[in-house]
Order: sequence, then structure tokens, then C-alpha cells
Amino acid sequence: MKILVPVKRVLDYNVKARVKADGSGIDLANVKMSMNPFDEIALEEAIRLKEKGNAEEIIAVSIGVQQNQETLRTALAMGADRAILVVATDDVHNDIEPLTVANILAAIALKEGPSLVLCGKQAIDNDFNATAQMLSAKLKWSQATFASEIDVREDMVRVTREVDGGLQTIDAKIPAVVSVDLRLNEPRYASLPNIMKAKRKPLEEISPADLGVEITQRLKVIKTKEPDSREAGLILENIDQLVEKIQENVGG
Amino acid sequence: MKILVLAEISNGELAEDQTSKTVSAAAALGQVDVLCASNNCSDASTKIAKMEHVENVYVLEDELFAQGLAESYSETLLDTINSYSHVFAPSSSFGKNVLPRIGGMLDVMVISDVSKVISEDTFERPVYAGNAIQTVQSVDKVKLISVRTSNYSAVPSTGSANIKKIDCKGNNPLTTFIENKMQTSDRPELTSAKVVVSGGRGVGSKENFEIIEGLADKLGAAVGASRAAVDSGFAPNDWQVGQTGKVVAPDLYVAVGISGAIQHLAGMKDSKVIVAINKDEEAPIFQVADFGLVDDLFKAVPEIEKKV
Ligand SMILES: Cc1cc2nc3c(=O)[nH]c(=O)nc-3n(C[C@H](O)[C@H](O)[C@H](O)COP(=O)(O)OP(=O)(O)OC[C@H]3O[C@@H](n4cnc5c(N)ncnc54)[C@H](O)[C@@H]3O)c2cc1C
Repeated sequence: MKILVPVKRVLDYNVKARVKADGSGIDLANVKMSMNPFDEIALEEAIRLKEKGNAEEIIAVSIGVQQNQETLRTALAMGADRAILVVATDDVHNDIEPLTVANILAAIALKEGPSLVLCGKQAIDNDFNATAQMLSAKLKWSQATFASEIDVREDMVRVTREVDGGLQTIDAKIPAVVSVDLRLNEPRYASLPNIMKAKRKPLEEISPADLGVEITQRLKVIKTKEPDSREAGLILENIDQLVEKIQENVGG
Repeated sequence: MKILVLAEISNGELAEDQTSKTVSAAAALGQVDVLCASNNCSDASTKIAKMEHVENVYVLEDELFAQGLAESYSETLLDTINSYSHVFAPSSSFGKNVLPRIGGMLDVMVISDVSKVISEDTFERPVYAGNAIQTVQSVDKVKLISVRTSNYSAVPSTGSANIKKIDCKGNNPLTTFIENKMQTSDRPELTSAKVVVSGGRGVGSKENFEIIEGLADKLGAAVGASRAAVDSGFAPNDWQVGQTGKVVAPDLYVAVGISGAIQHLAGMKDSKVIVAINKDEEAPIFQVADFGLVDDLFKAVPEIEKKV
């Protein structure tokens, strides 16, 4: 079976996001960008499924600017077999909404016919947590979100989901869209030989129009501002002072 | 404007705090209807009917809705949902699972994690782990909104809404529920507790986490954890606080052996008072803490437990 893994290029998780002075968004000029950490986990899982003999081919897809090529090269170096870049904008500040991303991915899924789409549960930039769910709706496929365990069986995939009260296990009919949570696995680093090999793996470049998808924006961003900041407080001298502060604020 | 709130119910049990706070957010726009769908709704619907600002409670009793599977909602309720201009749900694992799928079916965007309702089409929501707040305006015909409930207070139980039974047609041929492994606890719920005591990697082991739990129990608090503590197996996953865990805003948050990474701060920096205990005086948690103690947690926490 084939597995499709969408990977997003986002501000590196170690870099602090800075709001642009004019309130138009986050400054993404000349900052370190990386693969969304949740997508790395999704890709790692796809690679492990292939290593176990559950999958034959892994296709990585990225949607955004031309520079997303780098993200796809990383995906290929980790172990994806081929990559599709959908150039949807020429401005890194233009975040493509999950609904449009889902439309694009649905068109690709219909063409490629994967049995499984493995997505990160959320992108750490817009924090929407929506693409996988919207994609499975568009395809009318089964949906399993926030996976911390994935077990591919004959015609379904058994997924353990991280939910608010604990863990929930469900069976999702294949083809399925699964979104992954942090504890599913620890992604590998690409080795140098694999980085070299990745340069020769196929990377196809297409446009949304090639797929018959229009880029729309349903949520207009009116402004972006800094959150209310907290001031650093007092460093106390001893435990008794701390006990006093705790008592003042319990039930207060 | 017609406003619907999806109540969060699992196996007949209402997530009362989450649902009430979602009603509170939606009520900024007017009176609301609440959809109460589960296998058994008698207790839940009675509680919802008492929530202020609720006009009608639509009760849909069907085994299909027992486990909050997204397909159950999206395959059967689209007509109902389409007759509303606004649909709110808590931005819990339930709301985040169900609402975007409905969005995909209706071809509308979901507005996740809304922290403020500004007008009928304009909302505030945090992005980048709360490092920025965005104001967005929706052009969609139906607004699908998940609510960051930690920003709201529950509504008073002084209402008296009508309870009406409804039916649904359809089924969920796509997913099958197998089992739940839920944490049971006598402690207050993490997202609604007035006091939270959280432990991080510094706590060192699952056994040592009893120090955190001991202090929490003394204070009548919920227990939280950093991702590092959960990943290391010191604490169960549903205790995780942060960008990808739960968002809490208690009166008092006590962070023990937690460094204060932005992803953790995203889940607790709206707490009223933050207390941090860490042996490293440079730990970033002290930049957001109202009161800090630079000390070894193994010495400090048991002593605090004794003295409070
Ligand atoms: C995509 C993504 C999502 C994430 N989501 C979350 C999230 O939701 N929630 C979250 O918490 N993290 C999240 N993280 C992880 C986050 O970046 C940090 O790695 C994590 O919060 C660190 O946990 P910690 O503070 O317990 O551990 P550390 O950073 O290792 O800090 C341990 C602290 O304990 C102190 N300490 C050690 N021993 C003692 C002692 N004896 N007495 C007192 N103090 C002691 C140390 O000084 C140190 O400050 C996420 C990361 C990524 C990439």
C-alpha cells in the first residue's frame, strides 16, 4: 500500500515567534524554518510501517512556497520515496488555510490512491488542528485523530487516540486519514549518505491549478498582536515565604 | 443569527465545565440551542437545561453518539448544523475531533481555539503557542468555532430551557469504537481546578511524582505535567499542560521541576498566580512566575506539603 504524508514548513519550534511591528503577522524573513514536528512524527511512522512490510511507497507532499523544497528534501532523506511540491504562493507570510490544504491533498489522494494519509495533528504555527479532519471529510474516508499507537491490519487500522480523559482505541476502515500525536514515536535524523541519496529521489512540482483547486481564504487576518505579557515576579528567600504565598492564593 | 452549541458528552456523562464555558462564549452573540447527543442523555440534558442563556436543548439519544466519533456527527447531522449560523464546541479533544470534520463536509473553515468573540464574524485566537494573538474575520456562511474554555467562566445554573427530543438518520460505517482507557481520579479536573500542581522532568521518576501528587492533594489541587514528564512515563498523557496538551488558567499554578519552555507556557501562562520551584535560578519559568523559589524540589516540596 501507499502512504501519503503531508509535511509543512514552519518556523522552527526553538525560535521565538516575533510579531511584526505593523501588526500584519509573524516575521518570517531570515528565520530558521523546519518541518512541523508533528509531521516529522507522521513521516517517521510511515517509514516504520514500510520497514515492517506494511507499506511499499511513501509520498511526501508539501504545500506553500518554492522553498518548501528543502522540507521535502529532508523528508526524502528521512525515507520518503518521492515528493510532490505544490507551489501555492510566493510569499512565506501567506499561510494556506487547512480547508484549502485539505482540498489540495484530497485531489492528490484521489490521483495517487494511498491507503493511508498520515498527518501531524497540528501545525505549530497556526495551531489549527484541522487539516486531517477536513481531508478525511473531503474524501469521505475514516478519521482517527491524535494517534499514539497505529496498528495496520487487513482492511482497517487500529488506532489508539490521546483524548482528554485518557486513551481511546478505535478501528478505522482503510483508506483512512490518521493524525498523529507526540508520543507515537521519536523521529530519526537523516544520515549523511541518505541526505546525498535524497538529492536523486524524484520531486515533482505542481500548482493548485494543475489539481483544479482554487486557493481561497475564509478567515481574513485583521491583525496580529503580542499577548499580554507577564512580569517576572519575586524570588523568595525561603520555604516559609513560599508557603505563605501559596496559602494566600489557595481559594483566593 | 442562530447559535448552536455541541455539548461534550461521553457515554452519557456530560463534560459540564467545558460545555458550560462554551455556552458562556457563545452567549456573547445571543441565546443558544444546545445539541445533547449521546447514548443516554437524561442526566446531561437536565444539567444543560439549567444553564443560563440556553433556550432549547435538543436531545438525540442514540448509541451512535456514545463515544464522540467524528463520523457519527458528520454523517448524520449536517442538515441540523446547516440550519445554524454559528456552531460552537469546546476546543477539547472532542471538539477538535468533530468540528473540523463538519467543516470539511460543509466546505467551511473552522475557527479553532477562540479566546474572544468580538462580533458575529470576528474572533480572537492564539497562534504560535500563544506567542501571538490573531484577530480573524470569517466570510463563511456557517461559523464553526471551537472555544478555548480556559478563557471563560461557567454560566450560572439559573436557566430553564426547553428539552426537545430529536431523531437522526444514518450511521457511521467508517469507524468502530473498541475501548476506552480513562484515568479515574478523585482529584478535581485539570481544566477546571482552582489550583494545579505540575511536575516536570526534574521530578525524575514515576515514584517521585508522588511528591507532586501529595502536595496537590493537600491543596485540593489537580495534577499537571510537562511533556517531558509525560514522555518519560512519570505521568499519564492526559495530565500534559501546554501547546499540545491542556490549557489551564487556575487561581494558582505551581510548577515544580519545569524549565518553562514556550510550549509549556502556552498552556498555563493565563493562570492568575504562578509559583515556580526550580533549582536553576536561570530557568525561564521564573520569568513568568509571580513567586519563585530556587531550591531542590526533593527538599522543598515535602516541607511545603507539611506546612501548608
Ligand atoms: C511540537 C512540540 C510540542 C510540545 N508541546 C508541549 C506541551 O504541550 N507541553 C509541554 O510541557 N511541553 C511541550 N513540548 C516540549 C517542550 O519544548 C519542553 O521540552 C518541555 O516542556 C520540557 O519539560 P520540562 O520543563 O519538564 O523539562 P526540562 O526542560 O528538562 O526541565 C527540567 C527542569 O527541572 C529542573 N530540575 C531538575 N532537577 C531538579 C530538582 N531536583 N529540583 C528542582 N528543579 C529541578 C531543571 O533545572 C529544569 O529547569 C513540546 C515540544 C514540541 C517540539
